[in-house]
Amino acid sequence: MCVTSKEVITAMKARTLGRHFRESFKSLGRNGWMTFASASAVTVTLILVGVFFVIMMNLNKVATTIEEDVEIRVHIDVAANEQDQEDLRQKIEGIPEVKTVEYSTKEKELNSLIDSLGEEGEAFKLFEQDNPLNDVFIVKTKNPAETMKAAKQIEKMEYAAKVKYGQGQVEKLFNFINAGRNVGLVLIIGLLFTAMFLISNTIKITIMSRRKEIEIMRLVGATNSFIRWPFFLEGLWLGLLGSIIPIALVSTAYYYAYDYLAPKLEGHFIKLLEFSPFVYQISGLIILMGALIGVWGSLMSVRKFLKV
Amino acid sequence: MIDMKDVYKRYPNGVTAASGIDVHIKQGEFVYVVGPSGAGKSTFIKMMYREEKPSSGTITIDGVNLATLKNAKVPLMRRKIGVVFQDFKLLQTLTVYENVAFALEVIEEHPKNIKKQVMETLDLVGLKHKARMLPTELSGGEQQRVSIARSIVNSPKVVIADEPTGNLDPDTSWEIMNIFDEINTRGTTVVMATHNKEIVNTIKHRVIAIEGGRIVRDEQRGDYGYES
Repeated sequence: MCVTSKEVITAMKARTLGRHFRESFKSLGRNGWMTFASASAVTVTLILVGVFFVIMMNLNKVATTIEEDVEIRVHIDVAANEQDQEDLRQKIEGIPEVKTVEYSTKEKELNSLIDSLGEEGEAFKLFEQDNPLNDVFIVKTKNPAETMKAAKQIEKMEYAAKVKYGQGQVEKLFNFINAGRNVGLVLIIGLLFTAMFLISNTIKITIMSRRKEIEIMRLVGATNSFIRWPFFLEGLWLGLLGSIIPIALVSTAYYYAYDYLAPKLEGHFIKLLEFSPFVYQISGLIILMGALIGVWGSLMSVRKFLKV
Repeated sequence: MIDMKDVYKRYPNGVTAASGIDVHIKQGEFVYVVGPSGAGKSTFIKMMYREEKPSSGTITIDGVNLATLKNAKVPLMRRKIGVVFQDFKLLQTLTVYENVAFALEVIEEHPKNIKKQVMETLDLVGLKHKARMLPTELSGGEQQRVSIARSIVNSPKVVIADEPTGNLDPDTSWEIMNIFDEINTRGTTVVMATHNKEIVNTIKHRVIAIEGGRIVRDEQRGDYGYES
């Protein structure tokens, strides 16, 4: 008797695959309520995962947009002459984190202020009065996260009368997003484990109810992978079944949410992610998570209860 | 065909079920394994189809050492060995035909061969006419014949039987023995653990007696040798 590895590693025949599919579907039907419970657990988990991702991805997008807008406005002391201004500019440019330094005269600043105030701003023009603003250096850093560091250095420089960089507003937003991300992740990991546990339980029941069949299969020489396949597939189906409703729900909800919110946010610096391709990405993610939960859950049971 | 050299089996609970077993069984032999309950017969039998691994020593079947055989290769080794049990181990939801065909399906035999092989084997055990019945519609003897058919449908070189007549009445036991004899006549090695004194003393074959995990007697055309 010569047992070669060639014999062991034989490509799965279509016929065999067909048998595994039939067996796994039969099991789903036989387990009825457990199938329903497991698929429902996956459904609930994936709905939350989907919603969480939609919110986080959009918040991230907003954060990135804001990040790109972050700038440091250095008000130049009125006492500074041209040489002083030039010195200051060079010192700012000397900070390693700084990317660009732009100069804006106080007249330009006033005009843009008037513009931004709209009709109310017109009132300024009616009065002949001194321009109360300063000349300004608009500084951008290479990495938005380094804004505060650079700003702190500029503050100490001579002729830098005032340094403005949204003082903590941006950080607060980032902190909020990070906190939300952490809380959401913990919640989702907990749910993922619950769903996996339920699936592994369903598979366990299948294995138990087919104990005798498995014993005979082992006796007559069925390979381990032949015995395992139907259980993997059953887990996979549970995961995929559980991802149908979340995909439909998240896609529909996003479609309407986008329709409702996008026009309202028009003109603000906030922009939502476009329906397409974002919804397809999220759907792909949900299917993938469903399949992973299913296969992982079944793997846990197969390893524990299927002594092959 | 089957070679055991200095085989020991100690279970984790401290029980030694085999200590220093040396035995050689030739191709085509018919061997009874006898001994009191708890003597180590089952362990002896289980080690032959690699349900139990020896703690030390070597067990070679048809040139393959089961003691060092990798788990992944056990299934292929099992295809050369048919196993029959006292409790038949039939699937109650499958018909006679399906129970026998099951053994071929799960080793991915071609469907064309399955029908032919199954019907031939059912003919051999005399159950061709009951192919469509469920196990629950059969007598104990008939169920055991289905189980024998399943064990030999793949034409194994060795058939190992653990108390195959243990659940059957005397008349039926003789029928079953005749089938095993028929299988043996065709060249298949048969190893049978049994408590059936009458059968061992009437249909004479080699007898290996095990007590306390040791072979205490090994005789060609031997007797049962215990009071039953």
